[in-house]
Amino acid sequence: MNHQAILQVENLKVNFDVSTEGDMPWTKRKKLKAVDDVSFNLQQGETLGIVGESGCGKSTLARAIIRMVPAESGKALWLGNDLLTLDKIAMRKHRKEIQMIFQDPLASLNPRMNIGEIIAEPLKTHYPKTSKEDIKSRVQDVMDKVSLLHNLVNRYPHEFSGGQCQRIGIARALILKPKLIICDEPVSALDVSIQAQVINLLMELQSEMGLTLIFIAHDLSIVKHISNKIMVLYLGNMVEMANSSDIYAHPRHPYTQALISAVPIPDPEIEKNKELILIEGDLPSPINPPSGCVFRTRCQKAQDICANKKPALNTLNDNHMVACHFSA
Amino acid sequence: MSFLEVNNLNVEFNTADGIVRAVNNVNFSLEEGKIIAIVGESGSGKSQTVFAIMGLLDQNGRATGSVKFEGEEILNLSIKELNSVRAEKIAMIFQDPMTSLNPYMRISEQMAEVLIHHKGLSKTEAIQQSINMLDAVKIPEAKSRIRMYPHEFSGGMRQRVMIAMSLLCHPKLLIADEPTTALDVTVQAQIMHLLADIQKEFGTSIVLITHDLGVVAGNSDDTLVMYGGQVMEVGSTEHVYANPTHPYTQGLMSAVPRLDDKANKLRTIKGNPPNMMLAPVGCPFSPRCKFSQSICATKAPELLRTETKNHQRACHLAPEALL
Amino acid sequence: MIVANKNKIVKLAENLAADEQTLGRSLWADARTRFMRNKAAITSLVVLVLIVLFSFIGPYFAVWTYEQIDWNTMGSAATLGMPSIETGHYFGTDDLGRDIYSRVIQGTQISLMVGVVGATIAVVVGTLYGATSGYIGGRTDQIMMRIVDILMAIPFMFVLILLLVVFGRSIVMLFVGIGLLSWLDMSRIVRGQTLNIKNKEFIEAAQATGVSDYKIIMRHIVPNLLGIVAVYATLLVPGIIIAESFISFLGLGVQEPKTSWGALISEGAGTINYDTEWQLLVPLAFFIVTLFCIYFIGDGLRDALDPKER
Repeated sequence: MNHQAILQVENLKVNFDVSTEGDMPWTKRKKLKAVDDVSFNLQQGETLGIVGESGCGKSTLARAIIRMVPAESGKALWLGNDLLTLDKIAMRKHRKEIQMIFQDPLASLNPRMNIGEIIAEPLKTHYPKTSKEDIKSRVQDVMDKVSLLHNLVNRYPHEFSGGQCQRIGIARALILKPKLIICDEPVSALDVSIQAQVINLLMELQSEMGLTLIFIAHDLSIVKHISNKIMVLYLGNMVEMANSSDIYAHPRHPYTQALISAVPIPDPEIEKNKELILIEGDLPSPINPPSGCVFRTRCQKAQDICANKKPALNTLNDNHMVACHFSA
Repeated sequence: MSFLEVNNLNVEFNTADGIVRAVNNVNFSLEEGKIIAIVGESGSGKSQTVFAIMGLLDQNGRATGSVKFEGEEILNLSIKELNSVRAEKIAMIFQDPMTSLNPYMRISEQMAEVLIHHKGLSKTEAIQQSINMLDAVKIPEAKSRIRMYPHEFSGGMRQRVMIAMSLLCHPKLLIADEPTTALDVTVQAQIMHLLADIQKEFGTSIVLITHDLGVVAGNSDDTLVMYGGQVMEVGSTEHVYANPTHPYTQGLMSAVPRLDDKANKLRTIKGNPPNMMLAPVGCPFSPRCKFSQSICATKAPELLRTETKNHQRACHLAPEALL
Repeated sequence: MIVANKNKIVKLAENLAADEQTLGRSLWADARTRFMRNKAAITSLVVLVLIVLFSFIGPYFAVWTYEQIDWNTMGSAATLGMPSIETGHYFGTDDLGRDIYSRVIQGTQISLMVGVVGATIAVVVGTLYGATSGYIGGRTDQIMMRIVDILMAIPFMFVLILLLVVFGRSIVMLFVGIGLLSWLDMSRIVRGQTLNIKNKEFIEAAQATGVSDYKIIMRHIVPNLLGIVAVYATLLVPGIIIAESFISFLGLGVQEPKTSWGALISEGAGTINYDTEWQLLVPLAFFIVTLFCIYFIGDGLRDALDPKER
């Protein structure tokens, strides 16, 4: 075990039981493989970006690590403890150290509570004996960190803009001084000019407070900007993981290559001359994923071996991992 | 005479909290066969502009000004007159294909309805033409799939169906309101590629509404930037991207993270998007503009032509002052 | 604390410029404003308040009590028992010579009380039951809802009548009976809303923070249910009053000499051929006006609390 890794996820699998139309109550439910054998290490102070499109399992992965959805198998070693096997009380202790911010800034705040109460809630939950003055000063501290004025504390979420709501969410996540913050698409619902504000804020906070971040998004440009390393998921499987600059400069997996070429760059010259790699077809059903390599049905390089044998994650040079039979 | 000419378009909404001016004095024109992209963030008025053109404003909305399509005024036409324009001359596709298709009707019925109503075709002919159009947008096995319901399609497929539906009457102008915002990036690439193909094949002109600067860069001839209901800058896409001369456009360009960008810190635009409930005085961008002067807060800038061909901007300051 | 970062100062200044007041404008305040704009709802509220006040203050103006018999008019209600100020029978008398004014006041007190208490029981029990069932989900939810289904399948009136016959007629029995059965609908509605709310991100946020299930239900789910609950409760009250009125109409409700609207209407309906319209019209008017008011208020509440608000 890497003794510097703050979080070590090994062979994590998450399945959901699904019933299809016409099932009887006693029919055996089919399994939807939402996360299929994902492993990674995270060092303290690092930012891991997780990218993928709908149905790739990135949100499920995040929730499985903090036990919000049950994992089928695998380990999530947080500072040496396997989060997936802890009992409720022990897990609660670690919840202080791992916090989460969500995609829809307004929906992640209880509309009936004012933002002072919202931000203070984690504190009151884990340290119920904290005095009122202490709570007040801690809330103010954390509001300063996200640049919210103290006298906004009695306002309600619907009185704020999307960007401000997201800051409130970040403040709530910071109040317990966590070590890891999982950001689940935190800027997807925000305007472009506000996205930049929130991203910069997160990066500032990270260096100020020594935070480790897991940043989940479907927008590769943003993920690349904030992350040290990036993991690409497709239908619950890891297809590639590398340093951010490496992934852009040398994508090895056909899916990553197509993904990168599909991201539009705000530059008419570049766009006009770009060689677009178009993947045809639709995402296969996760209940019935293709045999062997899950990407083979849409891959231009697919051969027979891809249907017969699932590619393992090969480590190429320099922390660059690819799951493809042809990634030499 | 331009193909589509919009002059002094204003849209107001009569709400319980007062009158809200969503679109303020918008001017632009589009030549036949070209694509213009309207970019803006929330509250910019980009969607309401095209809703006004199509006569799709809410009950409490009022549009004034002039919209000329092929020389004829189409703003505020009666429903009857408008229905002969819609679908046949101007068609629209929307952001969320799940809610713009009727979930209780088969695709065949929904598509045939358009042809039966507008072209007076029989049901069999209508369905056959619909199948042909589904083939044109590359839906595999169109003949069997046309009998399916919207929820049986994926997001990208649904959007293709929407595009097919909008092209049934071979309209000359297609208005696409955030057509790919709800889609994955690889699917977005497919759809934009499809739109480009269609444009080449049918010669359709397109008005593309989006907030994604990357999509605009690769898919438009002209770009129109809106903020707070007003046009900030409009010109050829190449020019606007290479040399933005409005503080908002400049700010937007530098706030967007680029995949090929090696910059460490994103340059942000301070402040928040405008609250459209408060009537803007002066330039709507002035509260956030780093070059703002006292005149900017009191007098709204006019949209004036510059020396560059087909380029207009609305700013009190000269481009040189913004460097 | 010295703020060394210039950018932060600029940001603080912006927020300062945009700020006007310290106190926030909660969603309840918004709803209240919208409710106040609804003229029908406000009028109904005023009328309802007047009716309630009447039931408290009315007795001070009464000349007769609700059980006193006026021997003069007994038996000749049609001729001597008409509403008049001189005799003190403002609303006339019934066939036994009892003052309808006082009896109507009595009836108002009882009917409203039954309505409100019944609705309160329904709200409290139904909300807690439904919210818990909806939040826990899974098999517990299934079992809890099946119990509700079974209870609902039992004919309400039948059970109520049975209870009243077996345990004797009393106000308490009326409350128990009505309360026992009126929470069922509420629990279903609350469960449905809970399922809706459960999927919202702020519930996920609370779970991720480690807030206990109990606190999540009480602090996050229930307050967001109150809108729907309030609207539905106002619709419950008329239903309960009607149920009680029906029971009393059948003769099984409140015991004499206490009375309720239903009993009064029943008596009044019985004598309608004998030129004593007021015996029916007065309690009926109170009954109808009150129900209308409650329905309008319920409508107003629903519009005010419309979830389409931002």
